[in-house]
Amino acid sequence: MCDHTFVAITFGPCDSCTLNKPLMNIYLQNEPVNYCSLCVEMMACQGLTQGENLASLKAESEGLKLRLEEERAKLHDVELHQAAEKVEPLGQLVTKARRSLKGHGNKVLCTDWCRDKRRLVSSSQVTEHAVTMPCTWVMACAYAPSGCAIACGGLDNKCSVYPLSLDKNENLSAKKKSVAMHTNYLSACSFTNSDMQILTSSGDGTCALWDVESGQLLQSFHGHSADVLSLDLAPSETGNTFVSGGCDKKANVWDMRSGQNIQSFETHESDINSVKYYPSGDAFATGSDDATCRLYDLRADREVAIYSKESIIFGASSVDFSISGRLLFAGYNDYTINVWDVLKGTRVSILFGHENRVSTVRVSPDGTAFCSGSWDHTLRVRTGRYLSLSDTHTHTHTHTHSLT
Amino acid sequence: MAQTSHEQGSAGTADPDEDSPNMIVYRKIEDIITRLQDESEGVPIRTVKSFMSKIPSVVTGTDIVQWLMKNLSIDDPVEALHIGGLIAAQGYIFPISDHVLTLKDDGTFYRFQAPYFWPSNCWEPENTDYAIYLCKRTMQNKTRLELADYEAENLARLQRAFARKWEFIFMQAEAQVKIDRKKDKTERKILDSQERAFWDVHRPVPGCVNTTEMDIRKCRRMKNPQRVKKSVYGLAEDTQTQSPVHTHLQHSRKDTKEDVEKEIFFLNTQLDRHCMKMSKVADTLMSYTEQYLEYDPFVCTSEPSNPWISDDCTFWELEASKDPSQQRVRKWGFSLDEALKDPVGRDQFLKFLESEFSSENLRFWLAVQDLKRRPLQDVAARAQGIWQEFLAEGAPSSINLDSQSYERTSHNLKDPGRYSFEDAQDHIYKLMKSDSYTRFLRSNAYQDLLLARKKPETEQGRRTSLEKFTRSVVILAYFTGVMNS
Repeated sequence: MCDHTFVAITFGPCDSCTLNKPLMNIYLQNEPVNYCSLCVEMMACQGLTQGENLASLKAESEGLKLRLEEERAKLHDVELHQAAEKVEPLGQLVTKARRSLKGHGNKVLCTDWCRDKRRLVSSSQVTEHAVTMPCTWVMACAYAPSGCAIACGGLDNKCSVYPLSLDKNENLSAKKKSVAMHTNYLSACSFTNSDMQILTSSGDGTCALWDVESGQLLQSFHGHSADVLSLDLAPSETGNTFVSGGCDKKANVWDMRSGQNIQSFETHESDINSVKYYPSGDAFATGSDDATCRLYDLRADREVAIYSKESIIFGASSVDFSISGRLLFAGYNDYTINVWDVLKGTRVSILFGHENRVSTVRVSPDGTAFCSGSWDHTLRVRTGRYLSLSDTHTHTHTHTHSLT
Repeated sequence: MAQTSHEQGSAGTADPDEDSPNMIVYRKIEDIITRLQDESEGVPIRTVKSFMSKIPSVVTGTDIVQWLMKNLSIDDPVEALHIGGLIAAQGYIFPISDHVLTLKDDGTFYRFQAPYFWPSNCWEPENTDYAIYLCKRTMQNKTRLELADYEAENLARLQRAFARKWEFIFMQAEAQVKIDRKKDKTERKILDSQERAFWDVHRPVPGCVNTTEMDIRKCRRMKNPQRVKKSVYGLAEDTQTQSPVHTHLQHSRKDTKEDVEKEIFFLNTQLDRHCMKMSKVADTLMSYTEQYLEYDPFVCTSEPSNPWISDDCTFWELEASKDPSQQRVRKWGFSLDEALKDPVGRDQFLKFLESEFSSENLRFWLAVQDLKRRPLQDVAARAQGIWQEFLAEGAPSSINLDSQSYERTSHNLKDPGRYSFEDAQDHIYKLMKSDSYTRFLRSNAYQDLLLARKKPETEQGRRTSLEKFTRSVVILAYFTGVMNS
């Protein structure tokens, strides 16, 4: 131009196609880049197609979910509680606290029974010395099948195994073996059928299977989109599956061998705090912060029962079945334990006694008792029995105040 | 009859923390509170005359309990009292003459908390606020505002802690007292009580449950994860101590294309799944429960007695003994799984197979189970051992596999792992289940045990056990830790 005005432009290799061209200075995710005009246009179009792809994929996914729901609904010819109308009702359950264990000094967060049916391990929050561990809170614990070791972990993001000795004064942490390493808190742990493998779940959203001796990761399980809070192994001798529940409101069933997510259930309205298999292994129950417990059947691939009441508004923290699967014991954040008739869907008993949240409920391996642990620092072991019809008129309460 | 739970708030709330577990409970309580205060359907809230004064805006405990029973379908007043007590403990209602937040089923008067002080506002009041409050109380000349012992102790402690700031705190308290004096007398009574109830929640009476305690696993998703503490009395932030910022982990990642593709694949797999009709599912659940009901100590009285009740360990001794009871033997007949689960059942089955010279199947199955329980470093060698024993050419305990399983297993053994024999094990299990197991159940050996046809020399009954059975539960280990240094 004759007045010598010109636009200064940079000329050089394009950051995208590397050809020497006039460059445009643009910002991608707050970073300045130099693209030639052709690449800028292509990128804009790609962005569009990518966006379209993602949207269309999501639509496809939603469509499939609807179809799946329709297919499942076709098989839903009866409700469980309707079919169970012909089952003999149980009558009145009376429970009694047999042991009340107060030695903790702080909240009880979890417990596990030994296979000998008599011993328990429990973990708690911390303020006192008992066993020195470089760990602030223990949130998960499990007994080894042999009864010779214990696994536990929590805010240290690890799961460690401690061999047990009869000498109480022995410093257990000296023999500690670090097995699992997660990137967030350990929420649950369980030995598989042997002392040699541990299954863990974590606030990092994953579950993992570990070899105890070497500490090696055998298999990891990805699929939850938030903290995993609980897991339970399938009860069968031939079983290779486990179920997990988490803060993404999902309960997932996994194949331990491949790491694959086999089935997934998402009907809860809030965090799933606890999962437990029905004793046959064909179904499992969950306890959630939405104040309900639910039963999911694996063969029907859907939720088959909800256990809830208008007067129960606090979350269920822990669930466990009685040996026959007829009763579901559920501990709640309102300090109570509700006992549900699994088949009929009704509540058979409400148990008071704890003075703070019930954090864990576990039935003993032979079903003779169940143990509840609470933020009130106590563990209570309770038994129960059903009153025959002739006895019922002498009992006016439908619940038990456990005072021991 | 199981009831459906209340509908939750809309799914598309802008603030994800609105769905955090605590907020869900608060919303439910607030719903109840709103209904309680409803003019036509709620409890009678009255002004009560007392000596020289009036007590404004109160309701009796009994009225609350009755309302809860009626409106929440509760049959038992104890249950209504319990939930009412929790609502009080959370700070939504409070007794006007007591620091302890509980509910009594009598004429005690209760008042409703002001929404400003509701727990759903996620208050985490600082000690400076508390100090101002306690200081304020000492300035007012009313017996009803006298400090309780624990409050006096708290005040003393705060005076020491805030020694340098005390002039400021004192001034704030004075300012508040001045403002309060201008308010209407009745209004002041109500506000004073509400303020006190607020502090009863956040600085509870020693010995009372602190309901503001959170489940540490859920803390990250709370409203206000940065824990910037706002003052109850509207003090500027720079007078507050800033607590360390908690890292707020981003949980809900945006779905990537891969995520959605995976989901689609998963959903398609689910669609291909063959599912059972609900009526059939119900039948199997019911029949399983029916079958095991007699083994459930919570439903049927156990024979011998439940050791937890009678302190008699016979029940456990029998379960552990090699001499199985009829009830236990019967269970082996429920499924092959049950027979194998019981070590005695397993032994009996093995013995039976040995008598038929076909024990290699079960031994193979057991060997593979054992393989899966070994430490990693032993697996490869053990797998080879199993191959040699059961599958190799000329194996001493050769098992019969179809050619496909054989090929696959042989292939797996090139890189032996704990799951190398899954196929074969599955095949053998099915074989045993359909063939030898059913014959075992019909065998004399099994029938003898089932019908308790004892041979004379085993008449001795209970054997002494080698283990010592403890009667009381022993907590073997307390796992507690220490703060990181």
